[in-house]
Amino acid sequence: MSNPELTPDEIRQANRNRRRAKLLAIFFVLPLLGFIFVTFVAPIGTMLYRSFYHPTVSELVPETLAQLDKWSESSGELPPPDALNTFAVELKTLAKDRLSGKLAEEINRALPGSSSLIKSTARRVSRTDTAELQSRGNEILFDAHKKWQQVEVWRAIKKSGSVVTADFYLTALDLEHSPSGEIVQRGTQIYIDLYWKSLKIAFYITVLTAIIGFPLAWYLANAPTRVANTLMIFVLLPFWTSLLVRTTSWIALLQTNGVVNSTLMSLHIIDEPLEMLYTQFATVIAMTHILLPFMVLPLYSVMKGIDPSYFRAALSLGAKPIPAFVRIYMPMTVPGLSAGALLVFIISIGYYITPALVGGTEGQMISNIIAFHMQSSNNWELAAALGSLLLLLITLLYWLYDRLVGISNLKLG
Amino acid sequence: MAQFPRYFTIWQKLGLTGVKLTAWLVLLFLMAPILVIIPLSFNAEPYFTFTEGMLAFDPDAYSLKWYQEILAEDKWMLAIKNSFYIGIMATIIATVLGTTAAIGLTRSEMPFQRMIMALLLSPMIVPLIITAAGMFFFYTQLDIAGSYLGVILAHAALGTPFVVITVNAALSGFDYSLVRASLGMGAKPVYTFFKVIMPLIRPGVISGALFAFVTSFDEVIVVLFLAGPEQRTIPRQMFSGLREEINPTILAVATLLVIISGLLLLTMEYLRARSEKMRTG
Amino acid sequence: MKKQLLSLAAAVSVGLAANLAGAAELTAVSFGGAYGEAQQKHMIDPYMEKTGNKILFENYSGGVAELKAQVESGNVLWDVIDMEVIDLERACSEGLLEVFPQDQLPPGDDGTPAADDFSKEALANECGVGNIVWTVLYAYNHDTIQGGEPKSMNDFFDTKTFPGKRALRKRPQVNMEWALLADGVSKDEVYDLLATEEGQARAFAKLDTIKDEIVWFDSWSQAPQLLNDGGAVMVQSANGRFFAAIQQENKPFEMVWDGHVFDLDVWAIVKGTKNKDLAIDFVNFATGSKPLSGMPEVAYGPTRQSSYAYIDESVIPKLPSAHLDEGLKASSLFWADYGESLGEKFNEWLLK
Repeated sequence: MSNPELTPDEIRQANRNRRRAKLLAIFFVLPLLGFIFVTFVAPIGTMLYRSFYHPTVSELVPETLAQLDKWSESSGELPPPDALNTFAVELKTLAKDRLSGKLAEEINRALPGSSSLIKSTARRVSRTDTAELQSRGNEILFDAHKKWQQVEVWRAIKKSGSVVTADFYLTALDLEHSPSGEIVQRGTQIYIDLYWKSLKIAFYITVLTAIIGFPLAWYLANAPTRVANTLMIFVLLPFWTSLLVRTTSWIALLQTNGVVNSTLMSLHIIDEPLEMLYTQFATVIAMTHILLPFMVLPLYSVMKGIDPSYFRAALSLGAKPIPAFVRIYMPMTVPGLSAGALLVFIISIGYYITPALVGGTEGQMISNIIAFHMQSSNNWELAAALGSLLLLLITLLYWLYDRLVGISNLKLG
Repeated sequence: MAQFPRYFTIWQKLGLTGVKLTAWLVLLFLMAPILVIIPLSFNAEPYFTFTEGMLAFDPDAYSLKWYQEILAEDKWMLAIKNSFYIGIMATIIATVLGTTAAIGLTRSEMPFQRMIMALLLSPMIVPLIITAAGMFFFYTQLDIAGSYLGVILAHAALGTPFVVITVNAALSGFDYSLVRASLGMGAKPVYTFFKVIMPLIRPGVISGALFAFVTSFDEVIVVLFLAGPEQRTIPRQMFSGLREEINPTILAVATLLVIISGLLLLTMEYLRARSEKMRTG
Repeated sequence: MKKQLLSLAAAVSVGLAANLAGAAELTAVSFGGAYGEAQQKHMIDPYMEKTGNKILFENYSGGVAELKAQVESGNVLWDVIDMEVIDLERACSEGLLEVFPQDQLPPGDDGTPAADDFSKEALANECGVGNIVWTVLYAYNHDTIQGGEPKSMNDFFDTKTFPGKRALRKRPQVNMEWALLADGVSKDEVYDLLATEEGQARAFAKLDTIKDEIVWFDSWSQAPQLLNDGGAVMVQSANGRFFAAIQQENKPFEMVWDGHVFDLDVWAIVKGTKNKDLAIDFVNFATGSKPLSGMPEVAYGPTRQSSYAYIDESVIPKLPSAHLDEGLKASSLFWADYGESLGEKFNEWLLK
C-alpha cells in the first residue's frame, strides 16, 4: 500500500481523507440504520424476549409460589396445607380483581383442563370469608373440586410460575416435561408436522414455479425484443397487482360454483363440482401464481445474458439437441434458477394471507398458526416461540442466499 | 424465433413449438385469473360467479352497482383515503432514508458493508407475520399501536429495502469523481447532491419510491395487527370482506386496483426506458 | 408524474385533515350482515342524528380473543361491543369489560322503570345490557337438499339420509351441545354432561361421525352465502341471517327449530376505553324502547317489554320466543368456565 514517493505528511493527509470519507459514508447510512433499529429490529427483539421471559403467573400468585418453592414436586405428595391456604386467599383476591381468568388461562397451558377448575373454584372462594380461607383454605379447595387433591395441578402452578422458561420452545417443538422432569414428546403432535407441511408446501411451490417458469423465461429471453418487451408486461402486471386481488381471483375461480367448476361442468368433463377452494391444493396453486414472477424474472435476466451461439455451436458440432440443452444450456442458467428458487422458497415459507383465505384447514402454514396464537388463543408467548423458530429457519436461508447469490444482486422488476 | 434454422429436424421444430406453446399457456395462467375478476365485478347479482345472463351478454345481467357501493360506503372511502395517506407518508420517509443510506453504502470506504446491507434489506425477507407480531409487542409499549404514526413507521420500515436496492443499482455505475470535481470547484455539498448526484439517480429513486408505495399500499398483515378501526386500509378491508362477507364490491375494488397497478407498471417501464437511454446515449 | 403525485398528496392530506377533524368519537363493533344493518338503521344512525356524535361501526366475528388482545396489550381500539351472552360471562369475569351502571338505564317509553321493563336475563350480568333474544339453528336450501326435508337435530348428523356438506361455525360453543342432543341426551342434562370428560368425549365422537362433511366458517355472515352457493346443504347460523335471506332476498331456505340454542346479545363496554361516558350514553340510547323495536326486522326479539308496543304483531310468531320449548338455553356460566379448555380441545380435535 505505502508508496515510497509520498512524504509522511502526504500519507497522513491521505489517511485523514480516507477517515473523513469513511465517517461521511457512515453518516449517510446512520439515519436509516437507526430507523430500522427502532422500527424493525427492536420489535423483533421484543418478540424473541417474550418467547422465554414470562412473569405473568409470578405476578398473580407471588405468595403461593414462594411457599411452593420449598415443596418438592417429585415427592408425589401434596404441598403443605399452608401453601394451599395461601393459594385460596390469593385466588379470592384475584377473583375480586377479575384476574382469576388470567390465572386460569395460564395454568391451563401447563395442564389442559385446569381452566374450568380454577374458574369455578374462584367463584366459590370469592364468596368465602378470608379468615376462613386462611385457616382451612385447603379443605375448601378440596370441597370445591376433587382435582385439587392431585399433585399435577400444583406442579402445573409451580411450573407456570417460573419467570424465565423454555417451555414455550418445548411446546413449539411438540415436547414437554414429564412428571419426573425429563423432556418427552407430547401426546399430540401439532407444530413439527406444521413446520414440515410448510416446508413441503414451499417446496412444491418452488418446484412448480421452476417447471412452468423455465419455458416462459426461455421464450422471453429468446423472442425478438419487441415481442419480449410486450409479453414481459404480462409477467409484470401480476407482479404489481395487489396480493389481495390475486387471492380474490383464486377464490372466484376455485369456489364450488366458481369459474373453473362451471366451465368444467358445462364442458361435461365433470358432473359434480370439484372441491378445490379451502384445500391445500388451493394454497399451492394460488401461491404458485403469485410467486411465479419471482422465478421468471431472475431466470430471464440470466438467460438473456447467455450467448445463444454456445448452444448453436454444440448443435453444429453434432450434439443431439436435448443432451446439448441439458449439458450446455441448463448449467448456465443455474445462477438464475437458484436465485429464483431460494427467493420463492423464502417468501413462501412464511406466507400468511393466501393460506388464510384459500387454504381451509388443511392448507394452513406455520404463519397461520402463529397468527392464530396471536389473535385467537392469545398465547402470545407460544406465538413468539414459534415465530423465533421460523425466524431461525429464514435467517439460515437468507444467509444461504447471500452466500450463493449475493443479497446486493437482488434485482427488482 | 419465427423461423427455425434450416438444419432443424422436424422433431426439433416440434419441440420448440411445444416450448413456445407452454410459454403461452403459462402467460395465460398468469393473466387469466386477474382478467377474470373484471367482468365479474359488473355482475348484477351479489355473487362471485358468472350468471347465465352474463354469459349470454344480456345487458341486464351487468351493472355498475358494486362501484356505486364503494362510493356509498363510508368504510371503503375511509379505507381508500387511509391507503393513500399512509402509503404516501411511508414512501416519503422510506425514500429519504433509503436514498441517503444507499449513497453511503455504495462508498467503498463504508465499513461492514455487506453486513449492514443484509441488515437493511432484512425487512423484506423476514416473514411479515413475525414482523407484525414483534411490532405489535413493541409498538404497544411505545403506545403508538392503533395510530397512524405506528402504521406509517411500520410501512416505512418495510419500504426502505426497495429504495436501497434501486438506488444502489442506479449508483452502481456512478462516477464519484464528479462529486469530487463539483466539491473541488467550490460547490456546496447540498448543491452538489441536488445538481450532480440526484439527476443521475433520479430514475432509481423514483422506482424505489414506487416500490415502497406499492409495498405499503398492498400490505395487510402489519395493518391487521397494528391498525385500529380508524386506520383501515384497502387491503385490510378486502381481507375482512373475503373472510366475512364475500360480495362483488371486493371485485370492483380489485378491478380498480388492477388499473392502478397497470398505471404504476407503465410508469416503471417508462422510467426504465428513460434510464437506459440516459446510460447508453 | 411527480406533479401529479404531489397534487394527489395535497388532495389527500386536505381531504384527510377534513376527515380527521370530524373523526369518529366512538367505535362500536357488532356482527355485521343483516343484523348489523338493522343495528345501523335503528341504533347507530338515529344516535348520530340525535347527538351529532360520530360512531365508527365495525364488524367482528365474535368471541373474546380480539377483545382480550386489546385489553391485555393496553391497545384498546374498541369502545362498545355487541357480545353473545355465551362470551359475556367469561369476558366479564376476566376483567375485559367495564361494569355497566344498570341503575341509570332510562325507563321504557311507556314509563316502566328499566329494571321492570327489561327481561330478567337482559340485566343478569353486571357487565352488559341485553339487546336481543336470538338463537342458533340450522337451515337447509330447498334447491339443494337431497333425501327429503330435515326436521330434527338427528337429521343434521344423518349423512346417510341427507348426503352433503354441513357448515358450522368454527368453535366448540353450540356444536358440542348439538352433538349431545343428536346423540340422544336430553336438554336439561346437556351441560352437566359436557362438564365431564366422558360427556366431552361423547360429543367429539358424535362430531367425528360427520367431521369429513363439515365446512367450518368463522363469521355468521358467511353462513347464508354457504347455503346459497351450494357450499353446504345444511348450515348453522343465527336465525336472523336466514330470516333476512328468506324475507328480503326470497331465498328458498327453511329453518329447523329443533334443538336450537337460544341466547341473548348484549351491548357491553370495553375495559379501559377512553370514551366511557359516551359509550354509556350510546348503550342507554341503543337499548331504549324504540331502537330495540327495530330488531324484529331480522327476527330477533327485543329485551324490553315496552318495545312490543311498536312491533307489528304478525312478526311475533317468527321470533325465537315463539319456539322456546323446542330449544335449549345457552349456558353462559358453563361456557365461562369451560370455554377455554374446550376451545383448546376443540382446536386439537380439528387438527387431528
